[in-house]
Amino acid sequence: MVKLSALNRKLLRDLWEMKGQAFAIAMVVAAGVAMYVMYQSTFASLSETQRVYYERHRFGDVFASLKRAPNRLATEIADIPGVSAIETRVVSSVTLDLPNLDEPAAARLVSIPAGRRPRVNDLFLRRGRWIEPNRADEILASEGFVIANKLQPGDQVPAVINGRLRRLTIVGVALSPEFVYSIRPGELVPDDQRYGIFWMDEDALAAAFDMEGGFNDVVLALSPGASSEEVISRLDRLLEPYGGLGAIPRALQLSHWTVQNELRQLQSFGVLLPSIFLLVAAFILNVALTRALALQRPQIASLKALGYANAAIGWHYLKWGFVIAAIGIAIGVAGGATLGTLIIDLYNVYFRFPELTFTVPPRVVVGAAALTFFAAGAGAFGAVVRAVRIPPAEAMRAEVPARYRRTLLETPLVSKYLGTAGRMVLRNIARHPFRAGASVFGISFAVAILMLGLVFNDVIDRLIQTQFWEAERQDVTVNFVEPRSSDARYALEHLPGVIAVEPQRTVAVRVRAGYRERYLAITGVPPNPRLKRVVDRNGVAIRLPPGGVVLSQTLAKALEVSAGDVVTLEVLEGHRPTRRVEVTGLVDDLLGLSAYMDIDALHKLMQEGDIVTGALMLVDSAQEPELSTTLKQIPTVAGTGFKRAVLKRFREVLAANLGLSIFINLLFASVIAFGVVYNAARISLSERSRELASLRVLGFTRAEISLILMGELALLTLVSLPVGGLFGYSLSAGILGSIDSEVYRFPLHISRQAVAWSFLGIIGAALVSGLIVRRKLDALDLVAVLKIRE
Amino acid sequence: MSTPLFLIRDLAKVYRMGEVEVHALRQVTLTLGEGQFVVLLGPSGSGKSTLLNIIGGLDVPTSGRVLYRETDLTEADEGALTAYRREHVGFVFQFYNLIPSLTAIENVALVTEISTNPMPPEEALRLVKLEGRLDHFPAQLSGGEQQRVAIARAIAKRPSVLLCDEPTGALDISTGIVVLEALQRVNSELGTTTVVITHNSAIASMADRVVRLADGRVTSVEDRTEKLAPQELAW
Repeated sequence: MVKLSALNRKLLRDLWEMKGQAFAIAMVVAAGVAMYVMYQSTFASLSETQRVYYERHRFGDVFASLKRAPNRLATEIADIPGVSAIETRVVSSVTLDLPNLDEPAAARLVSIPAGRRPRVNDLFLRRGRWIEPNRADEILASEGFVIANKLQPGDQVPAVINGRLRRLTIVGVALSPEFVYSIRPGELVPDDQRYGIFWMDEDALAAAFDMEGGFNDVVLALSPGASSEEVISRLDRLLEPYGGLGAIPRALQLSHWTVQNELRQLQSFGVLLPSIFLLVAAFILNVALTRALALQRPQIASLKALGYANAAIGWHYLKWGFVIAAIGIAIGVAGGATLGTLIIDLYNVYFRFPELTFTVPPRVVVGAAALTFFAAGAGAFGAVVRAVRIPPAEAMRAEVPARYRRTLLETPLVSKYLGTAGRMVLRNIARHPFRAGASVFGISFAVAILMLGLVFNDVIDRLIQTQFWEAERQDVTVNFVEPRSSDARYALEHLPGVIAVEPQRTVAVRVRAGYRERYLAITGVPPNPRLKRVVDRNGVAIRLPPGGVVLSQTLAKALEVSAGDVVTLEVLEGHRPTRRVEVTGLVDDLLGLSAYMDIDALHKLMQEGDIVTGALMLVDSAQEPELSTTLKQIPTVAGTGFKRAVLKRFREVLAANLGLSIFINLLFASVIAFGVVYNAARISLSERSRELASLRVLGFTRAEISLILMGELALLTLVSLPVGGLFGYSLSAGILGSIDSEVYRFPLHISRQAVAWSFLGIIGAALVSGLIVRRKLDALDLVAVLKIRE
Repeated sequence: MSTPLFLIRDLAKVYRMGEVEVHALRQVTLTLGEGQFVVLLGPSGSGKSTLLNIIGGLDVPTSGRVLYRETDLTEADEGALTAYRREHVGFVFQFYNLIPSLTAIENVALVTEISTNPMPPEEALRLVKLEGRLDHFPAQLSGGEQQRVAIARAIAKRPSVLLCDEPTGALDISTGIVVLEALQRVNSELGTTTVVITHNSAIASMADRVVRLADGRVTSVEDRTEKLAPQELAW
């Protein structure tokens, strides 16, 4: 057995004496460590899985879509300097007629060579087998789709391909690095049941879409060190005559971008939030140690008298902090690993990797430990130095009596209503402003953390309100396979349940300003839109000027232009005109990169008549199922979106995500609120037990002295609520700002309910810790306390 | 002798200090009269503080009875003892036990705010000659002044009995005399029964009744007729 030195045995016993406080501090430390471990390990697991997957399955570096190019062009593309591998493909969308769904589902058909593996974007075959050459009906289906629809290899899926109903046979279940995250174009959240990826034999797919001898999609792998910008500009030039829609680098590829965005968030959360937790832990450790060391003054003096050096005594007390930190690290690493597993489980629902498992890399644990020991050391250091520096003779004497004074708050008017207890509370707080400040900071942070968890509910509600009710009032959106005459609207008006139809014209363009450019669709807006309106983030409708183009602020920022500037629009369809157009307005909206033009101005720009690419419809909800069945059978309809289904799915996805994040935040907020309040209460009790015992002797009841002790905590909590509210507001704004992107912006909106719940949650936590300390108060030994001279 | 205020019969108190039993009081029987100035004398460990704490409702005996007027304190519960202290008992301790965050007058008000028939705090402080220090915090007062605030705080509720545990123990002679004067004045002007614990036998000269304790027993009870003023005491 290892023999502990006397000093170390003293350390353990002293810690045991203050076990409640030590545990409370250790839990706050644990919360910070858990957050760090959770975010950093999830980050490491996700990014390592992604790296290995990309490498093994040769994920592409450059992606391009076009109308149609002959196969011989592939050789020219392969000759672009820097290109190491090329795969040309036929890609198309199909409507699926799944018997188990009311709304039509859709799939993206991607061609693969039958006899070999793709050179770029290779697939991972989970189950079943590879397709066989010359079997036009065989497909590999994406895993998410197969699971969501409970399909098996051997099952058949009816699909409308180029206007003809065909039955496709699933022979295998596959995953691709290209579709780690897959989402139906135009939708906000993935829906594996209604959207899947099907891989099909290249020749069969080409035959079905009249693409024999040609391709409409190309993916490139680049040699190390090659510039993707260079390759993209050469590729665009090659593809332009064939209806090229503009090549994009990997960074802008949707699936990759989404995963990267998630990684970025994990990394920024994983540093900011744990740091604040550890800061709070350092604060309360400092306060708790300062008090504990004040009680140890005679012992410090004795140790000095016995010949212990200042450094030895200092180290002894610093170890208090380190032992507490070590307990926190142990609990935190275990807790973080558990929570990280939950997050990875959630990722496994939305991200499809061959295998994504949660691991805690040793460097994360080492990092957490280093960060925590640093924080604990910093927290303990000041308290220890102050205590150790006192000369032995002085340490032998009791600490000088506490000096109090009237607080500035005590004007004659206030004093009248304050009462004795109120005065004691106020003056005690005023005597320890740093300590009170540390408590308020800690409790405020707990409020903020809780608010941050709840705020997403409000933000999503606001987003739904703005996007689905203010901006897009239609019930159903229909997209046509090819642009059509606006007469198509009359056909739609006669479909079952259709109340109103608003035609829509969107045009694929490349918008340029100097060297900056973005690919997007310009929407033509009628003079008095009834269904789809252009609204800002507050839901206020914008009237479009008759000329020029209105850009979303995010797009304007990406292009570095503002109202009054001129941008170049390169149309990527029809006669592909290029025009310089004035930016006549900006709109601060929530989703995507948007550009709007008056619909007549857009027709004029396109040198076309009354052409539409889709339609928005207001429908009788009772007849939605019938309308859905009808739309599935119209060959000119490429896709349909039913708001009801989209919204339902949107809410489901977010409920799962938010449920977890609210749970985690609630957990951490409670830990921190409890830790801070409990510590503050224990320290007050320790310092004032004599005073409170005197009051008991004078005839005060337990309830009355509790009021004095609890009054202080209640006041600190009360002050923390508004401070925490502001803190929560800025934290939410910061976090929302950090996840703002070209795909979505979250409008910061905090409802009264969110504020009320976060306040109530913290009041509850404070109450519980107060009650625990109150039980100690009831056990106060009056005689013993009064006999001892402080 | 005056009407009895406390009738103490066969009082015993046994503490358990870890493994050993300490007999703090053994079969103490004693009567304290209304309005008397009583001095309890004895070396440390003789049981005087235990006796005082039981009389004051801070502690309960192991056996025996204490009657305060018609009330049996030994049968009172926690709430009743709190009420008893609140209404009838004033305490003065060796180390004052003032609330450091309250001024002199506020420390006194602490008690007057919760009692039924108090004197104004100013009057209590005037009785102990501190009318000039009303708004001073404890840290701004000398030891003797702090003890006088404690006395003012104890008497402001007009208690039936004032219990003082070594009130001059932490003070030098001249301040000790000022404190004793304050106690005597309270006793004579308000007629408050006053019990003073001390191991300074000189203080016995100002008492109506001197009770000597040793090893948990009463060794002698002396009723005096000739009382000295505090400044005449020979220390």
